[in-house]
Amino acid sequence: MLEQIAEQIPLFFGYHNMVFILQAAGRTLGMTFVGCSVGFAFGFLIAVLRQTTLPVLFLPRLLGIAYVEIFRRIPFLVILFIVLFVIEPLMPGTSLFGIATVSVCLLSTAFLSEIIRSGLESVPMQQIEGATALNLSGLQTLFMVILPQSWKVILPPAAAFVVMFIKDTSLASQLGVIEMTFAGEMLVNRGFSPVLGFGVVLVCYFAMSYPLSRLAVRLEKRLEAS
Amino acid sequence: MDYTFQFSVVFRELPYLLGGALVTLQIAFVTFWCGAFIGVFGAVAKVYGGRFSRRVASSYVTFFTNTPALVQIFLLYYALPDAGILLSSMTAVLIGLTLNAGAYLTEILRAGVISVRRSEIDAATALGMSLLQIVVNVMLPHIARTIYAPLSNFFIWLVLGSSMAALFGVEELTGRAINISTANLRTIETFMVVAVIYVVLTVLASASLALVGRVAFRVRAKVF
Repeated sequence: MLEQIAEQIPLFFGYHNMVFILQAAGRTLGMTFVGCSVGFAFGFLIAVLRQTTLPVLFLPRLLGIAYVEIFRRIPFLVILFIVLFVIEPLMPGTSLFGIATVSVCLLSTAFLSEIIRSGLESVPMQQIEGATALNLSGLQTLFMVILPQSWKVILPPAAAFVVMFIKDTSLASQLGVIEMTFAGEMLVNRGFSPVLGFGVVLVCYFAMSYPLSRLAVRLEKRLEAS
Repeated sequence: MDYTFQFSVVFRELPYLLGGALVTLQIAFVTFWCGAFIGVFGAVAKVYGGRFSRRVASSYVTFFTNTPALVQIFLLYYALPDAGILLSSMTAVLIGLTLNAGAYLTEILRAGVISVRRSEIDAATALGMSLLQIVVNVMLPHIARTIYAPLSNFFIWLVLGSSMAALFGVEELTGRAINISTANLRTIETFMVVAVIYVVLTVLASASLALVGRVAFRVRAKVF
């Protein structure tokens, strides 16, 4: 087994394989980045919506809560399948990468919304009452009073969450998106040793998520002190 | 675009799917407790261990929390046969998820162990409490309160994460859904029903965990 691996190493680390793996890593990062950015935007909206008390917004608020609670309780794999089979007939020709990205967005919206909500709720009620007493509008209160203080509660878990999502996108390989895990499977199917193929993929994932999880720990320590 | 939903073909298979949900719960349960076993050692090594054991425990945690469980299981399932170890798909999934759970639970339990302040243990020693009394009466209440919520969240994560076992042919909830949908071709309906089962399953799990926490450890855990 070891001789076989040693034999394959020069061939495995050839130019074309490296380009292939890098492209795959790019897709993994792309899905994560787009998914988490969109998820952050929508998650923020839902979190803010849940903080409002206007009676008019009762129904949207309820829908927001239902969305978050439901999507946090469905496995990513099942969401991938549902999105695939809903989008495929509606919009034929959508790339698999697009479908996987949409699923990532759906899921990350739910999780990030929950993280942002706990951040918003960490600000003491008295401050919001104080802001109201100073005649600040709702938006002013949000952006000038609540948000500056809630970043330190939001950022560390959000960074940890992105790490989780880099790893979760590996499930998109089962749709046929050529991201890291799929690249590994293809290389193994081409006859390279599984130890080499999946080992290199593991190392690549590690290289992508380790800096981020270090950042999460750093942020937590840094912001806790202040 | 007209598409008529037909749920009846899926509902006919409901008992089969619910059986799969039971397998899902079993996987989550087994990996949770085996992971907790690893986690206790990992946490103790990280907090009280010497340099070497601390190093080992933290590299274990770093490796497993920064790489996808799916690829780890791939490696177990496809690479170990080269070394002469043949694992069934279920065993590979169980080992992979257990190692993962061990890493995450090490971190969770460590947070619990740290939450006990040194001075409280000193005070208990000064009162002449035995080691067992200190652990049961002083340390455990603190630890339970700190880690109960993350622990129950992690159990939910395991229930959802066990769905990747389907990719290796294990017939748990998702696996059985794939089986059904390839036979009846009602993929959307099948997976919608499965999604609902997952939601109900995890809500029930969090509710009962919250109840147990409230009764046994006096922890105010939230279901939602």
